[in-house]
Amino acid sequence: MSSSRLAVHGRRLFSGAMLALTGLCAFTAVTLLMGILGYLLVHGIAALNWAFLTRLPVPVGETGGGIANAVVGSARLVVLAVGLAAPPALLAAVYLSEWRDTRLASVLRAATSMLNSVPSIVVGLFVYGTIVVRQRHFSTFAGGVALAILLLPMTLQAAAAALEALPGSLREAAFALGASRLQTLSGILLPAAGPALLSAVLVAAARIAGETAPLLFTAFNNSYWSPGWNQPTASLPVTIYTYAISPYDDWHRQAWAAAAILLLAVVATSLITRGLLHARWRSHERP
Amino acid sequence: MQIVTATQTGKPAVRSGLSAHALADATLYGLTAAAGVLTIGLVVAIAVTLWRDSAGLHRTLSQVWQFLRGTEWDPVAEHFGALPFLYGSLLTSALALVLAAPAGVGAAIFLAEVVPGRLSQLLTTLTELLAAVPSVIYGLIGLLVLVPWMRQTAQPALSRWLGFLPLFAGPPYGVGFLTAGILLAVMILPFQISASRDALMAVPRTLREAALALGATPWETIARVVLPEARPGILAGTLLALGRALGETMAVTMVIGNAPTLSLSLFSPGYTIPAAIANEFTEATGPLHLQALEALGLVLLVMALITHLLGQWLPRRLRRVAR
Repeated sequence: MSSSRLAVHGRRLFSGAMLALTGLCAFTAVTLLMGILGYLLVHGIAALNWAFLTRLPVPVGETGGGIANAVVGSARLVVLAVGLAAPPALLAAVYLSEWRDTRLASVLRAATSMLNSVPSIVVGLFVYGTIVVRQRHFSTFAGGVALAILLLPMTLQAAAAALEALPGSLREAAFALGASRLQTLSGILLPAAGPALLSAVLVAAARIAGETAPLLFTAFNNSYWSPGWNQPTASLPVTIYTYAISPYDDWHRQAWAAAAILLLAVVATSLITRGLLHARWRSHERP
Repeated sequence: MQIVTATQTGKPAVRSGLSAHALADATLYGLTAAAGVLTIGLVVAIAVTLWRDSAGLHRTLSQVWQFLRGTEWDPVAEHFGALPFLYGSLLTSALALVLAAPAGVGAAIFLAEVVPGRLSQLLTTLTELLAAVPSVIYGLIGLLVLVPWMRQTAQPALSRWLGFLPLFAGPPYGVGFLTAGILLAVMILPFQISASRDALMAVPRTLREAALALGATPWETIARVVLPEARPGILAGTLLALGRALGETMAVTMVIGNAPTLSLSLFSPGYTIPAAIANEFTEATGPLHLQALEALGLVLLVMALITHLLGQWLPRRLRRVAR
């Protein structure tokens, strides 16, 4: 009798210990995040000032200088990538949700998830072979195309999921009123999925803003401003990489500062998107 | 007037000829299908381009074999053997999985089964933010913080206690397989956590209640009832994480030491496929060197696609076996 009670006691203890262990795992993950964010902010913000954001880099050996060209370069690359890839991504997402049982839809679904799993450096090789070799020089355009290829499947998947999550009754009601497919889509479905579609684009944009590998041999780098779309350009991630692997303390300091800016931009974007989505959902839930 | 049905029959509504509705809908179909075809075309184009650009390395089957099992990488002498890079990629990814998969599943159990909803949501959001950190930032922290710590603290301690194992032999450089594996583990942790948490949350509540009612402790319920049911989803998360680890470039490039070695020691500097491409591509010594790097890219693409397809197929297979 007492030995079986002891066994129950032991099982309870073991259960508690294992659950505590899982708590330790979660705690470790959250601590890592806090550590990374905290360390970056402390080291980065110490090196941040207005001049850093508005000046060009200075030659090796001189201290000071800024990363203005990299900030602008990154912004232009991301805008170009979103401009190139968001329209086809949203259109293809509409195809997936409107004609979801066709042969093309199932091939497209498979192709999208495959494209999503292509390593980003391989995308860089592809754009090098198709654009850079033909143009015979690195350019903002080539970098933007590389980022666009990464953005396309991410946006497509998230947007298709958002459209497919809409209740079927919306579509049926519109069709019952005699609306065409296009009218149903533009008048009912797209507005209903609007915030989710916007977040699909924004989340992917934040993700590609930090991509470095595909830019190394497409957009390359530039110590000066990059006029037009046909010259190599500096970008925040490539600047962080170049400064980090350099042997100079001043460049390390600047790498921390640039990383803090990039991380703040990426995290702010994902938090804002999340906030937008939740606000929208809550307002829908209210009677 | 034309009747449009709500069923998803897959046929565009173009039957009734020239009505404005039908024309608009046909245009919609055409445009969206074209965007879909473009996406499919991209996948094919990437594979074809890499195949074409690495032509000098796969003229014959024996040449392919030589490339894959060659251990020497000497661009100047035009000896191109991919084995050290393959080894480095597989070893660092395996290390990352060994470290991250158990921790990720553990954290997911805590988030899905232990803490209440609101707190779980907050912690999940935080771990998902970890996935949003750009890889070059992980590389920066790896290079300037993790590498010195490994060299001065972790590796000397490991070699003092476990130095008799060949795994922990050799001088502590700081950079190397182990450092890259640890950094990769941190990077893939959020993928494992979020996929496992989703899989655990999808397990029906009644299963837990039944197990608890039979007298199982909370842990026994999780280990014997919930986890087996969630296994396919967790496995899919692990394979997704493996794909990320294999393709990860910047962070690994910055901490692995960039030396094509085939050492058993985890302390040894090594090289991975993406790191080799990132480092050597813009400084290639000749056309054959470029083609060899493209061939490495092709190998990487094949590895990533196999991992991806396994991630789609294995969980489905597991579910079918379970039924």
